[in-house]
Amino acid sequence: MHLRVAEPMRECEYSQISTRSSSPMETPHKKRIPTRKWQAFPGRNKFYCNGRIMMAKQTGVFYLTLVLIVVTSGLFFAFDCPYLASNLTPAIPVIGGVLFFFVMGMLFRASFSDPGVLPRATPDEAADLERQIDADNGPISGGYRPPPRTKEVLINGQTVKLKYCFTCKIFRPPRASHCSLCDNCVERFDHHCPWVGNCVGKRNYRFFYLFILSLSFLTVFIFAFVITHVILRSHRTGFLRALKDSPARYPFVVVCFFSVWSIVGLSGFHTYLISSNQTTNEDIKGTWSTKRGKDNYNPYSHGSIFTNCCAALCGPVPPSLIDRRGFVQPDAPLPTPHSNGSTIYGSTQTQSHMCDQDQCIQSTKFVLQAAATPLLHNEPVMMSGEPPLPGRTSLGGHCAALAPGHPTPPTSTTSLCWEGEHHHTHPHPHPHAHPHPLPHHPHHHLCTPEEAPSPPGMLPCSQATQLYDPASLDSLHEDSVRGLVKLSSV
Amino acid sequence: MAETHSLQDIRQQAAIAAKVFIQRDYTNGTVCQFQTKFPSELETRIDKQQFEETVRTLNNLYAEAEKLGGQSYLEGCLACLTAYTIFLCMETHYEKVLKKIAKYIQEQNDKIYAPRGLLLTDPIERGLRVVEITIFEDRSTGSGR
Repeated sequence: MHLRVAEPMRECEYSQISTRSSSPMETPHKKRIPTRKWQAFPGRNKFYCNGRIMMAKQTGVFYLTLVLIVVTSGLFFAFDCPYLASNLTPAIPVIGGVLFFFVMGMLFRASFSDPGVLPRATPDEAADLERQIDADNGPISGGYRPPPRTKEVLINGQTVKLKYCFTCKIFRPPRASHCSLCDNCVERFDHHCPWVGNCVGKRNYRFFYLFILSLSFLTVFIFAFVITHVILRSHRTGFLRALKDSPARYPFVVVCFFSVWSIVGLSGFHTYLISSNQTTNEDIKGTWSTKRGKDNYNPYSHGSIFTNCCAALCGPVPPSLIDRRGFVQPDAPLPTPHSNGSTIYGSTQTQSHMCDQDQCIQSTKFVLQAAATPLLHNEPVMMSGEPPLPGRTSLGGHCAALAPGHPTPPTSTTSLCWEGEHHHTHPHPHPHAHPHPLPHHPHHHLCTPEEAPSPPGMLPCSQATQLYDPASLDSLHEDSVRGLVKLSSV
Repeated sequence: MAETHSLQDIRQQAAIAAKVFIQRDYTNGTVCQFQTKFPSELETRIDKQQFEETVRTLNNLYAEAEKLGGQSYLEGCLACLTAYTIFLCMETHYEKVLKKIAKYIQEQNDKIYAPRGLLLTDPIERGLRVVEITIFEDRSTGSGR
């Protein structure tokens, strides 16, 4: 550090070293306009306060959440609290106030923090992986159908497939998934929550959970005391009179009544997930369901419900990996002409930048299309592909067997009773249940048309195989059916 | 100062010959651990034991950072009760260990790796995915340096 002060001539060289080695906290000091890393962030996110706040691109629904909570609580504090405080106990506004601030605090934490985004691979790392993949595939890669890029690892005795992410140029770590709305790989991806305006992942899951939990307490609390207020008044002045006193309140009570169920249901669902250490993503796909196989179990579970809860809620807080406020090194992002891998890297990146806006606008449309497409059009392909596939799970078979009789959306309702048994105890509560299964899964398939034209060589090829691989189609179909089921059950 | 010089010398005088990436080891779950398998590229530069020692120490440090136990639960509960405002004025245990790791890597670079023409990169800079080891061209046997 002091070297820099003493010898300004050497500054440039020194900073070059310090960026290459250790310590993310230490950022090189530059005379030129320093660019922070968030300004050059490749994902589709919005940043505020010079990179301190990070959200998804579409934040409209988040503001709706905010307005709903603030207006509902505001009405309660303004119209019910004075009466209740003077007639029952002044503790009511105090408890309500504390709850309200806790809810808002958790909402902001969940919305504004990094959900656990994995930074994309550096060109060198990508090139190294590319070399490894080529070495593994060996002579087969010469053909026009290279095998899908997956890697199998053994986790606590359970084999888990790691998929290669063509956008981030990495093998996604176990439990990570690529969010198509934010265009990032997120660790321990739970779902993308438009209500919170952010992905829910490793780093903000506890905030999200505490938010819905405290919000369900708050709504129950408000609802209960609004009813109490009406009852107390009706004792004094008669029921009808009490109703006439404040007619504006009743539509609001009705709204409150319905939202109570969905929010309480949602927090119940997440309590179940936390106690078994699953993510919404895994639960919806049924990754660890025993239906997939007798010895299928969740390798991430700590064993007991208590430890799972503690680990999720009170475990260590993982650090953000993207160092949003660090400075970009001017020489770093250039892809070195190291091998074929890095050139591919370069071209895809520019391409993905080019189609960013387009995708952004159309993403919602894509999601819906993705849900409908395999269900409506790909049925025959699947059916013809079915018999020779020995590896089909009973789950998929069941799905497909139901399909021909009901080729259009009724399929989803037919299978609802069967699929739904898992979630039966908590009638699928969330308004934001449907976005999860859809966005990230169809992503790989949807991205194909955009990414395909750009990279020369094997990339489009391998993606094309993915697209026509009956097994992956099957799983896509399965997921979209589940997605629609959730959608229809809301 | 002197340590900085030795690193600097490498950067100035030698070109990067190759990079080796030590991948994550997921056998025990998603806890951050790295594979201790010795990469063949390093054979001419460093002892197997020395390399394994470094990776094992790193693994122990990460395990300490992500350990579940009384202390982490206490920290978590305390933070939760204050609606996580406590982290505005307090470092998390994880961050403290990360600093320790950064220091350890710096130290290992200075003592062991830099003299052998190698450079470790802190995994946090690579998203905790890999330990990147840069191999520089050998100065003694290199072409007229």
